[in-house]
Amino acid sequence: MRNRDLIDETYAALSANKVRSSLTVLGIVIGIASVIALTAIGQGAQSSIQSSIESIGSNLIEVLPGATRQIGFGVSGGRGTARSLTIDDENALAQVTNVAEVSGEVSNRYQVAAAGANTNTTVDGVDAAYATIRNLTIDQGSFITDSQSASLAKVAVVGPTVVTDLFGTNAVASDALGQNIRINNIQFTIVGVTMTKGASGFGNQDTMIYVPIATALQYFAGTGNAYLSTIDIQATTQSAMTQVQNDVTTLLLSRHNISDPTKADFSVLNQADLVSAASSVTGTLTSLLAAVAGISLIVGGIGIMNMMLTTVTERMREIGLRKAIGATKKDINNQFLAEAIALTFIGGAIGIALGWSISFIVSITGIVSAQVTFSSVLLAFGVSATIGIVFGWYPAKRASNLNPIDALRYE
Amino acid sequence: MIEFSHITKTYGSEPEAYTALRDVSFSIDEGEFVAIMGPSGSGKSTLMHILGCLDTPTSGTYTLEDRDVSTMNDDELAEIRKDKIGFVFQSFNLLPRTTVLRNVMLPLIYAGTPVEERTARAVAALVASGLTESHFNHLSNQLSGGQIQRVAIARALVNDPSLILADEPTGNLDSRTSLIVLGTLQELNRKHGCTIVLITHEPDIAQHANRIIRIRDGKIVSDEKNTTPRDATRETKLYEETAHV
Repeated sequence: MRNRDLIDETYAALSANKVRSSLTVLGIVIGIASVIALTAIGQGAQSSIQSSIESIGSNLIEVLPGATRQIGFGVSGGRGTARSLTIDDENALAQVTNVAEVSGEVSNRYQVAAAGANTNTTVDGVDAAYATIRNLTIDQGSFITDSQSASLAKVAVVGPTVVTDLFGTNAVASDALGQNIRINNIQFTIVGVTMTKGASGFGNQDTMIYVPIATALQYFAGTGNAYLSTIDIQATTQSAMTQVQNDVTTLLLSRHNISDPTKADFSVLNQADLVSAASSVTGTLTSLLAAVAGISLIVGGIGIMNMMLTTVTERMREIGLRKAIGATKKDINNQFLAEAIALTFIGGAIGIALGWSISFIVSITGIVSAQVTFSSVLLAFGVSATIGIVFGWYPAKRASNLNPIDALRYE
Repeated sequence: MIEFSHITKTYGSEPEAYTALRDVSFSIDEGEFVAIMGPSGSGKSTLMHILGCLDTPTSGTYTLEDRDVSTMNDDELAEIRKDKIGFVFQSFNLLPRTTVLRNVMLPLIYAGTPVEERTARAVAALVASGLTESHFNHLSNQLSGGQIQRVAIARALVNDPSLILADEPTGNLDSRTSLIVLGTLQELNRKHGCTIVLITHEPDIAQHANRIIRIRDGKIVSDEKNTTPRDATRETKLYEETAHV
C-alpha cells in the first residue's frame, strides 16, 4: 500500500464521521493548548521574578551580621542582629579584587514628621555608592554625596511614597525638595527624591528614607555603637561574583579572628544565589502546572483510544473485506495507526495555535508576560505524536489480528 | 488449475472436535463455471473459505496455479487473495459513503497498481459487469441491490483474478435481480473466460452453472456436468415480458 493511498484512506475514514473525529481531536487540543499556555505563563512569571530581583542591584553581594550568641542556652537574637560589622570592615572590603563599589548600611525604623503629617518608615544610613549598587535612580534633586557624609550633614533622600505620606496624596517629587522633615525628632532637609521602583525582593524601596551613613551613626546609633546592619558590595562583573564572595569571606574571617568558617559572625549573600533560589521555586511551579496539563493530555489520548476501539468494532466487516481482497496485517495495522496519529497531529497543531493565542492574550492583558518557548512547542508536538502511537497501537493491533472469516461474518 | 486433494478440515480439538470437511478431492479447470451446492451445515462455507485462501485445511493439499496454498502463512495467503482471487459476498460488503469507482479501485490500492492505471481498469471492470458510466460516481448506498452486487462483481474482477468466488451472491436479492446478477456472471464466464465458483443452497441458482458439485455432511455426494445450463439473460427477458402481460 502506497503512502499516498494511506493518506487518502485515512482522510476518507476520518471525514466519514466528522463529529466524532472532531470531539476526539478536541480532547487533544485542550491538552496540548493547556500544556503550552501554562508553561508559557510559568516561564513568564519566572523571568519577571528574575528581572525584579536583578532590579535591586546588579552583581550584588550582601554581607549581613550573624546572630548574637550568648554563653549557654540564652536567647538567640537571630541572624542580622549581631554587632559584628564596622565601618573599618567596610573600608577593608573596598580593597578586595574585582570589587567595584562598597556601601555600608545602617537601617532602622523611625517616626518621621513634616508639616503636621507623620509616618513610620525605614531610615537607611548609606554611602554615596549605594545608589549605584542598588540601581536607584533620582527623580528630583540628587543622591547623598561623600562630602555630605563627611560633614555629618542632616540631609535626606526620600522615596515617592514618603512624599505622598508626608505632603499629601497630590504632592509630586518637586514639592518635597528643600522641605524640612523631622526624623526621630532631628531636623533633616530633603535634597532628593527617588524614582518610583515598586516593591521588589526585599521590601518596598519607595517607602525608604536615605541619609548619610556618618550622620546616621552620629545621631541615631548613639555613642560607641558604630555597627553596620549590612554591607552592600558590587562586583565588577557577574563572573567575578563567586571570587568576590570567597575573598570577602576570607578577609572578614581573618579580620574577626575566626578560624572555623562555620562559626562566622556574619554571612555573605550572593544575588545569584537568590536568583537561582527564586528560579527553582518558579520552575517547580511551572512543572506542577505542566503536570496538571499533562493529565488532560493523557485523558485526551484515552479518548483517542476509545474512539479507535469503537471504530474497529464498527468497521469489523470492512476490515474483513479489506483482508479478503488482499490487505496484509501490516496494511490494516498501518491504516488504523495512521488514523490515530492523524487525529493527534491535527489536535496537536490546533492545540499549539490555541495555546499560543492564550499566551498572547494573557500577555497583552498584562497579567504576566507569557513566553512560548520553541522547546515547549516541540515537546507538545512530540507528546501528541507519542500519544497517537501509544494509544493507537492497541486498537490497530486488534484490527490487524482479526480473522477475516470472523470479521466478514460479524453482525 | 485448482486441485483439491484429500482436504479435511477439523475445528476445535478432541473430544469436542467438529469435522466440517472429510477427505474432499476435486479439480477445476480454467474457464469453468462451477456451482457448489449443499444445504446449510453441509460444509460448503468451510469449502469456500479454503478455496478463497481465507483459511487453511487441517490436512490434504490445495494447489492453486501450481502453488501449494495449504501450508501458507497469513501474509502469503493475503498475497494470494490479492492476486488470484476475487470475492463476491452475499452481503455485498461495499464501503459505505464511498463512490462506486473508489469501491472498485480498492483492491488495486493493496496491489500497488500505479494511480494512472487504476481508473481505466476499474471502468473496464464496471463495464464488464454491466454498469454504465452514469453510476460510477454514485455513492454505494444510492444504488439498488442488483446494482450493488454488480459493483461487487466489478470489484472482484478488477485485479484480473484466476478465480471469482461468489458466496451466495443472490441470497439477498429478489428473483428478478438474482437473474440479472447470474446473467452478469454467465457473461463474464462466456465472454471473458473467467473461472467462476458459485456457492449456493438453491438448486435453481445452481442450474445456471456448467458443472454442479453437491456436498453434504462434509463430503462430495455428486459431481456432474450440467450440459444444459439455464440462460439467465434469456430468463430475464422472459420475466420482463410476462410482467408486462
